[in-house]
Amino acid sequence: MSQPQDDPLLTVEDLSVEFSVPGGSVAAVRHVGFSIAKGETLALVGESGSGKSVTALSILQLLPYPAARHPNGSIRFRGKELLHAKESALRAVRGNDIAMIFQEPMTSLNPLHTVERQVSEALIIHKGMTRREARPRVLELLEKVGIRDAESRLGAYPHELSGGQRQRVMIAMALANEPDLLIADEPTTALDVTIQAQILKLLKDLQRETGMAMLFITHDLGIVRTIADRVCVMQNGQIVESGETATVFDAPDHAYTKTLLAAQPSGRKQPVPDTAPMVMQGTGVKVWFPIKKGLMRRTVANIKAVDGIDVAVREGQTVGVVGESGSGKTTLAMALLRLIHSDGGIAFEGSAIDGVEGRNLRKLRRRMQIVFQDPFGSLSPRLSVGEIVGEGLDVHGIGSSAAERDQMVVDVLREVGLDPDSRHRYPHEFSGGQRQRIAIARALILKPRFVVLDEPTSALDMSVQAQIVDLLRNLQQAHDLAYLFISHDLKVVRAMADTVIVMRDGKVVEAGSADTIFDAPQTAYTKALMAAAFEMKADESGAVAI
Amino acid sequence: MTAPTSKFMAPQIVGPKFMGIRISPVTRRRLSLFRQNGRAYWSLVIFLILFVLSLFADFLANDKPVVVVYDGHVYFPIVEFVPETAYGGYFETEAVYDDPVVRALIDAKGWYVMPPIPYGNGRPALDLSGPAPTPPDANHWLGTDDEARDVGARLIYGYRISILFGLALTLVSSVIGVTSGLFQGYFGGLLDLFGQRFIEIWSSMPTLFLLIILASFVEPNFWWLLGLMMLFSWPTLVGLVRAETLRARNLDYVKASKALGVTDGTIIRRHILPNAMIATITFLPFIATGSVTTLTALDFLGFGLPPGSASLGELLKQGKENLQAPWLALTGFFTIAIMLTLLVFIGEGVRDAFDPRKKVT
Repeated sequence: MSQPQDDPLLTVEDLSVEFSVPGGSVAAVRHVGFSIAKGETLALVGESGSGKSVTALSILQLLPYPAARHPNGSIRFRGKELLHAKESALRAVRGNDIAMIFQEPMTSLNPLHTVERQVSEALIIHKGMTRREARPRVLELLEKVGIRDAESRLGAYPHELSGGQRQRVMIAMALANEPDLLIADEPTTALDVTIQAQILKLLKDLQRETGMAMLFITHDLGIVRTIADRVCVMQNGQIVESGETATVFDAPDHAYTKTLLAAQPSGRKQPVPDTAPMVMQGTGVKVWFPIKKGLMRRTVANIKAVDGIDVAVREGQTVGVVGESGSGKTTLAMALLRLIHSDGGIAFEGSAIDGVEGRNLRKLRRRMQIVFQDPFGSLSPRLSVGEIVGEGLDVHGIGSSAAERDQMVVDVLREVGLDPDSRHRYPHEFSGGQRQRIAIARALILKPRFVVLDEPTSALDMSVQAQIVDLLRNLQQAHDLAYLFISHDLKVVRAMADTVIVMRDGKVVEAGSADTIFDAPQTAYTKALMAAAFEMKADESGAVAI
Repeated sequence: MTAPTSKFMAPQIVGPKFMGIRISPVTRRRLSLFRQNGRAYWSLVIFLILFVLSLFADFLANDKPVVVVYDGHVYFPIVEFVPETAYGGYFETEAVYDDPVVRALIDAKGWYVMPPIPYGNGRPALDLSGPAPTPPDANHWLGTDDEARDVGARLIYGYRISILFGLALTLVSSVIGVTSGLFQGYFGGLLDLFGQRFIEIWSSMPTLFLLIILASFVEPNFWWLLGLMMLFSWPTLVGLVRAETLRARNLDYVKASKALGVTDGTIIRRHILPNAMIATITFLPFIATGSVTTLTALDFLGFGLPPGSASLGELLKQGKENLQAPWLALTGFFTIAIMLTLLVFIGEGVRDAFDPRKKVT
């Protein structure tokens, strides 16, 4: 490292990436250029499909060649050209000088190898250590990334770790050879807000300690603001704006950057009065999954997924249910909809429905609906959009003729902002946001009173999230819908909810009007959640698990 | 919204009707996808032509004339019983048309038209050029077998029975297999547990030996063989369909349907069956080829269709026993190879047409 300090560590110039597809090629990245200096953090920000991950993968030449091509460009790391470099030269760089961490820690760790083996792999390959020599270094790394009681976790397999711990192990693997550059591809997207804040803090601390540079890829502008020195905004494979983070955020130049910045879900829900009719009420709802052991399958203990929760949703009201993953939010909703077995009282429109079965329950289904998180999994790929949306009509015998039903499908598609002609096409031809609109149309066509929204915006890009939030709010106003809104994204909940329930381990931590909860949280846990979500601050008090 | 343009719409088969039947855009898309796959499309055309032709085997290859006009009367000997006395002969039994005497009788007072291959599948031909089996010549395009029967004629009859057997067995065993797989996968629990154990025991039985043993109890005919083989062929699809069902029943869109109030039966039919069908349809040509092969094998071993019936297995057996007459074995080999290849090509095309990710170009 004889270069002077201000010489860039990595220079990407005029880089283009093309993918061969049947009948031609698609340009994923077009004439992109940026550079990263030592110790600096550069954020690549953009929506899905903007080419940010492809750019990052081409630095280490990890794209599926020869289906991917670089028609032009150059990538120089410490002055050495990486583009079209020999495989052996690349291997010496990968995991040694440049390391990478990925979005999904579960699938990026090999489920058959212990933590020790995965972390030591890079040491054995690049440093030529034996397993015994590597062991103290592995321990040191695990402690560095904040794994408590690291010695006892050495023999653990990935499935025995929590999501945050897995991401920490991934980071330990990346840091094993003290890389000069760390490429982090959406490292916190799959994590809860509280864990996200911890991981971001960890990355920052590590950067300060080791002086490595970071290329941080994300779609979340909030993260960019906290972590990046400079930012490049990507759209359709091109960098439309770049500069110092503060400058770009305060005075965006390009129209697209302005839209991105304005795309945060905003506004407040006007609370409904207490006199509004009650639509869905659960009292002491419990969902326990028994753990059976022994020859006689005796119940030895219960997993209390939902443990005695009271919830009430009035007409036109949105009840936000927030909490980390595994806190029982979705299970609660499934119990209220009578899709899983539960104990405790559930009343819908004033009459108890906890004992209703069979035909009568099916009749009720018309008036309570659900929209799922993953718009790719919730639509049958083998049915046309018209068939998907119209399915409920057939079930409940609504509409006297095929033409009348078709007209209802057309109307509802128009209402959710889709082209009615799209009813003859298949889900895979639509983007995530459009699919979520289809899922909303399917729920809406039956004219329900109560709709469960199970993380309806979590899988979507930021700007699309804001559109869906607007759509949901407009629909609620138009039809006086009662929403149970499940989310771990507190910004969206703030924009949607009248009242909020904070859940943890199947129990209510705090409940009340949205204003009280957001402005004056009472419990330490809620405070930690808020700090993590709005300020990306990691909790130091121990209220949140690591 | 940004409409991903009309290039995804089906270009070739347009309009709401196909062959006079109302079809949904979904089906239309599948049809035009299949149409685009040249290899599969032409395989289907060739297969259908051969199949339809073989259905009319009696009119293509027969030792009776298609039509006889005698003394002002019109006879169709293939479909009706015409005694020799009708032509002024002596016997009251059915006329034997390759008998020169009968031919002379008809020629005297009328005329007749023989099928393109004027030989039946049962009786020996009388016009051999040497001792049977004779090599191919102008009269017997594929030669004759060791009982002096025309190979071409027997091939057509044998092909017909093989195809019919294969299709019937495939249809019946996949209906049973798919239904059983769907129910086991969807409802799970004890039904699944006992179903799976039963299938494990059932499919570990040595099928071929059982068929051979059973064939010695009963006089095997087409329906007996179909029934016996169905008993053992249905579990092939169960595992496949069950696995697809287990996966599909936990998908979000199945949950969404439950939340819509859709009944279990409809969920199975609408959401689970189409998923399972892709795997099933991919497998169908292989089951069909398997059935054809099993029937051929039984015939080859002599435990299949009754002695004397025309079948591909019997043809191969003749080929084995008469190595000096290679036209027997070669005919059998090429017929089976071409038939199985066509079936596999068609199956491939159907599978791709059902794939929603495949784009119409």
